[in-house]
Amino acid sequence: MAVSTSTLIFLVLIYLVCIFYLARMGYRKSSQTDGYMLAGRKVHPAIMALSYGAAFISTSAIIGFGGVAASLGMGLLWLVFMNIFFGIFIAFVLFGPKTRRMGLNLGAVTFPEFLGRRFQSRFIQGFSGLLIGIFMPLYAGSVLIGAARFLETTLGINYNFALLIFTIIIASYVLKGGLLSVMYVDAFQGTLMFLGMAFLLIFTYIKLGGVVGAHQALTDMAPLVPQSLVDIGHQGWTAMPAFGSPLWWTMVSTLFLGVGIGVLAQPQLAVRFMTVKDDRSLKRAVLVGGPFILMMAGVAYVVGALSNVYFYRTTGQIALEVAGGNTDLIMPAYLNSAMPELFVMFFMLSLLSAAMSTSGAQFHAMGTAIGHDFYQEGIMKGKSRGTTIHATRIGMAFSILLSVILAYILPESIIARATAMFMGLCTSAFLPIYMGALFWKRITREGAVASLVVGSVSSLFWLTFVHAKEAVPLGICQAIFGKATLLSGTWPLVDPILIATPLAFLVAVVVSLATKPMPEKFLEKCYSLRPEDDDEDALGQPAHTTADTASI
Amino acid sequence: MLGIDDPQIWLAYVSCVLSALGCMVYGALNWKGGEEEQTVKSSTSRAAVQDQ
Repeated sequence: MAVSTSTLIFLVLIYLVCIFYLARMGYRKSSQTDGYMLAGRKVHPAIMALSYGAAFISTSAIIGFGGVAASLGMGLLWLVFMNIFFGIFIAFVLFGPKTRRMGLNLGAVTFPEFLGRRFQSRFIQGFSGLLIGIFMPLYAGSVLIGAARFLETTLGINYNFALLIFTIIIASYVLKGGLLSVMYVDAFQGTLMFLGMAFLLIFTYIKLGGVVGAHQALTDMAPLVPQSLVDIGHQGWTAMPAFGSPLWWTMVSTLFLGVGIGVLAQPQLAVRFMTVKDDRSLKRAVLVGGPFILMMAGVAYVVGALSNVYFYRTTGQIALEVAGGNTDLIMPAYLNSAMPELFVMFFMLSLLSAAMSTSGAQFHAMGTAIGHDFYQEGIMKGKSRGTTIHATRIGMAFSILLSVILAYILPESIIARATAMFMGLCTSAFLPIYMGALFWKRITREGAVASLVVGSVSSLFWLTFVHAKEAVPLGICQAIFGKATLLSGTWPLVDPILIATPLAFLVAVVVSLATKPMPEKFLEKCYSLRPEDDDEDALGQPAHTTADTASI
Repeated sequence: MLGIDDPQIWLAYVSCVLSALGCMVYGALNWKGGEEEQTVKSSTSRAAVQDQ
């Protein structure tokens, strides 16, 4: 990119010093298992919210989805609304407090362990750990590739070297300092991301004639939409695609449901609910979380769409034409030509932060899933001699290596789908039993096991054999059955989440009702309140004494 | 509205801003006075535990 490389390298070095300082602060407080796995359960609400948001929003969400908005328009803003409403408000206010309390009552330190202990099943913990350990490296690999490509173009360094350096820097503080280091670094990175996006929005509106002026100019450009997009339902950048058109279906099913609701059941995010000290901290965290997501996803989509106005005024072409049809190049092209050089450099750090914070959270979640949940609890049945921190470190090293290998060997077409695949799988496999664990006391161990297996298997089956976006690049269906997808018509367009998730919910309900309820005493333990809890459940349980938590 | 003709889009735009503002108000209300309420609740619960 067209910025002074030496100045940028200097800024990056200062940035890295700040990160290692913060990581060290976290490390010094992370010597206990709770500290390493759950950041000591006393994290400040603002740090939790920034860490949650920064882990959630990766560089590809800003660059990639910004570019998609430049092509498809502002209809994507519904996704932002879903992210704020479900991903922050519902997550922090409804899911968060119950997850935190139950996690503490059961002594769980990871998301799979939370599910396993809630259903008194090592199988659930081990299977969930394995699922995360196998499929999250795909998602992590895609984030690593994005970050390495970004470093390659901005700093002008070799791609392989960039991939290696980026991974080593993050691995070093995640391995050493655990979740507290990750969260401190996330909060710093989240702040940089927030500032970067705020400047980007303000500059864009000022440059294009104010909020209404810029939107009106984009509205007036509707006749310039390329015919290929018009044919599939595009009606302008400030209009929704035609109802029922292929574009409308793509937007609604994949983006809104997949990414919008999928966030509720992501292990690396859900585990953060267990890092704060009380329910009120989670409610306070909403203050930071809501505006943060608005400033990330919302600004990326608005600026992405408005880049069409800028390019049309300066070059006479729409954004997609300027970028030669590659949506990933639209945001970098816009930043370089429209923004002042100093801002471009600052924004680079924001983007680097977005990639690092997402990778850090993934590394930690994968390591705990493989080392603690799958190996220590699933395989060794809790009889492993090593400490949890030790097993997790080995798990992390293994999964980081796997992510890097995948980033090298898998074709780009698969990597591009990895995020959606992982989020879809998480939703189908975990959302039904996670919701059941929190809100439905009648759900049984058998119901949860059946739902977990059916949700994961049906989701994987649908994306391998039916959903064209994954089935075609994977090529497994073609190799076995000699055709790209098993079903035809509109079926290959329907996202796995819309098939597998309802099925998993149904199985959870039917099997639970057909089997014996879980012991009343155990449920009382799960749902019991402590002095610091909000008592909206009014269960009438006596508050816990410290002796109850001594084992945690 | 806001230079956008399609209600489905300006509604999305406004909903995003309002939901973020709503989050800020909700968080602030829980921040303010939270400490006080919590101290009272904790001491009440502690008293309840001691009574048993």
